[in-house]
Amino acid sequence: MISRQIIRRVATSRNAAMSTLVVAELNQSQISGPTLATVTAANKIGGDITMLVLGSQAGPAAEAAAKVAGVKNVLHAADPKYDHFVAEEVAELLIAAQKASNYSHVLAPSSNASKNYLPRAGAKLDTAPISDILAVIDKDTFLRPTYAGNAIAQIKSKEAVKLITVRPTGFEKAAAEGGNASVSPAPEAPTVGKSTFVSEEVSKSERPDLSSARVVVSGGRGLKSGENFEMLYKLADKLGGAVGASRAAVDAGFVPNELQVGQTGKVVAPELKTIVAINKDEEAPIFQVADYGLVDDLFKVVPELTEKI
Amino acid sequence: MKVLVPVKRVVDYAVKIRVEPSGVDLKNVKMSMNPFCEIAVEEAIRLKEKKVATEVVAVSIGPKQSQETLRTALAMGADRGIHISTDMRTDQELQPLAVAKLLKEIVIKEDPKLVICGKQSIDADAAQTGPLLAGLLDWSQGTFASKVAIEGESAHVTRETDAGIETLKLCLPAVVTADLRLNEPRYATLPNIMKAKKKKIEILDAESFGVDLTPRIEIVEVKEPASRKAGIKVTSVDELVDKLKNEVGVI
Repeated sequence: MISRQIIRRVATSRNAAMSTLVVAELNQSQISGPTLATVTAANKIGGDITMLVLGSQAGPAAEAAAKVAGVKNVLHAADPKYDHFVAEEVAELLIAAQKASNYSHVLAPSSNASKNYLPRAGAKLDTAPISDILAVIDKDTFLRPTYAGNAIAQIKSKEAVKLITVRPTGFEKAAAEGGNASVSPAPEAPTVGKSTFVSEEVSKSERPDLSSARVVVSGGRGLKSGENFEMLYKLADKLGGAVGASRAAVDAGFVPNELQVGQTGKVVAPELKTIVAINKDEEAPIFQVADYGLVDDLFKVVPELTEKI
Repeated sequence: MKVLVPVKRVVDYAVKIRVEPSGVDLKNVKMSMNPFCEIAVEEAIRLKEKKVATEVVAVSIGPKQSQETLRTALAMGADRGIHISTDMRTDQELQPLAVAKLLKEIVIKEDPKLVICGKQSIDADAAQTGPLLAGLLDWSQGTFASKVAIEGESAHVTRETDAGIETLKLCLPAVVTADLRLNEPRYATLPNIMKAKKKKIEILDAESFGVDLTPRIEIVEVKEPASRKAGIKVTSVDELVDKLKNEVGVI
C-alpha cells in the first residue's frame, strides 16, 4: 500500500508540468494592480501562467490580460453570474478549470473575494489552501504572516495542487504591457444558484485605492470627528495618496469601514516605505516604528504640512 | 431552527507574543475566545432572542482548556457545548481543512440549519474554516458578514467587500462568517456564569471521527518579522518637510 502510494506520487510529480492559474481581479476592464503583483508571485514559482478573467467585462479584460508580461494563456468566462464573485459559482468555475488543465498552482490576489471562493474550491478538491503569502521560497515553500504579522511562518505544502492567496504588497507588479498570450474561453461550469447577489454599496472615491496607493495618510481616534478627516483628505490629495483609518476611527463612525487598515482591514504597503508619525503623546507606540516622528498637535501640524509641501 | 457556533481558544489579542523557531510560545500565556468567535456567539444568541433560533450549540476543538472557552459561550447564552478534544496545536498543527471536516461531522450529527463562525482566528489568520465547511457540506455561504437577517428559508447577508458592502440572498442551510462590525458581543454576567456551569458539555475525541487530521501543510520555521531601524524625532514641520524632501525624496 505504502509503496503503491510512493509510486503514484513519483509518477504524478514526473508527469505534472508546473503550471499556474492566476484568477484576475479587474478595475473596469483593466487588470488590477494586486493581480499584476500575483503574476510576479506566479513567475517566482515558475511554469506557464494562465490568467482567468471572469464576469461581464471578461471580453475586453481578456485583451488586457493577454498583454500582461509573463502570461502565456488567457481564459475568459464572460458570464454575468461571475460579476460579484459569488463564491458558489466561482468555486465551480475553478474546479472545472482545474479538472480541464490540472494546474500545479492556483493563485489569486488576497481580497475578501478570493478568501471567499478559494477555500470553498479547496474543500471540493480536498486541498488545504494557503492564505496571504508574502514570499515564494520555492514551488512548495512560502512565507506567510500569522498572529497579526507578529510571526512569519515558513510553510511547505504537501498538496498536489496549491491554492494560494497572494498578499500583493509582497511583490512588485508585473508589467501590464509586453505580453502576447493566446485567448480562449474558460471551461463551462454548472450554475449552483444557492446564493444570489441582491445589491451593493460601493464607496465612491476619486482618490487612489488604499491597498495600492503610493502614499497613505491615516487617521485614528485623535481626529475626534468625521469632519476633521477633511484635513487628511487635503493632505492626501496634495501627495496623490489615499486616506486610511484605524479601527477606532471606523468604530466611532468617522469614516466607512473599507478605509480600515490593519489585521481586520486592509493591508497597505505604500511604495514609500517611510513611516511618519504625528502624535501629541510622546510615548505613543507608533514612534517605535516611525522613521520620522513629530510630537505635536495634529490639528496644528497637518494643515501646516499640507501648506508647505 | 438550530444554530451551531464553532468557537476557538486562542492567545488573547492583547498578549505580546514570543516567537520561537518551532512556533509561538504558548506556555503560561493568557488565552481567550477568538474575538470573531465572540461576535458569532452573540449573533446566534440574538437570533434566539428574536425567536428565530430555537437552540444554540457551541462547539470547540482543542485541548481540555477549550472547555473554558465553551463555558464563556454558555455564559453568553449558548444552550449547550460540544468539546472535540485533541492535543494537536490548534494554531498550526490542526489545520482549517481538518477542522472543517470535524465540524462537518458535528453538522451531520446535530443537523443545524445555520452555522455561524468567526471570519478568521487571530492566531493562524487563515480565514478558511467557514468557506471550507460550506464547501464540504455543499451549503451556501456568507462570509465577512456585517448583517444577517433570516427570512423563511433564506438568509439575507450583508457582507464587507473590498470596495464597500454587498447583500446576498442565501438559501438555507448556510454557513455565515462574522466580521468585526456584525455586532458588539455582550459580557457574561456573574449569574449567567454561574448558570453556565450547569449547562451540558459533551466531550468527544477528535480521533474518534475517522477524519484524517494529518497536517497538509508543514510549518518549517517561525520567525519574528524583520524589525525596522530606529527612527528620529523631528521638532518642527519645516524639519519634517526638509527630511521628506531631501533625505527620502518622498515629496
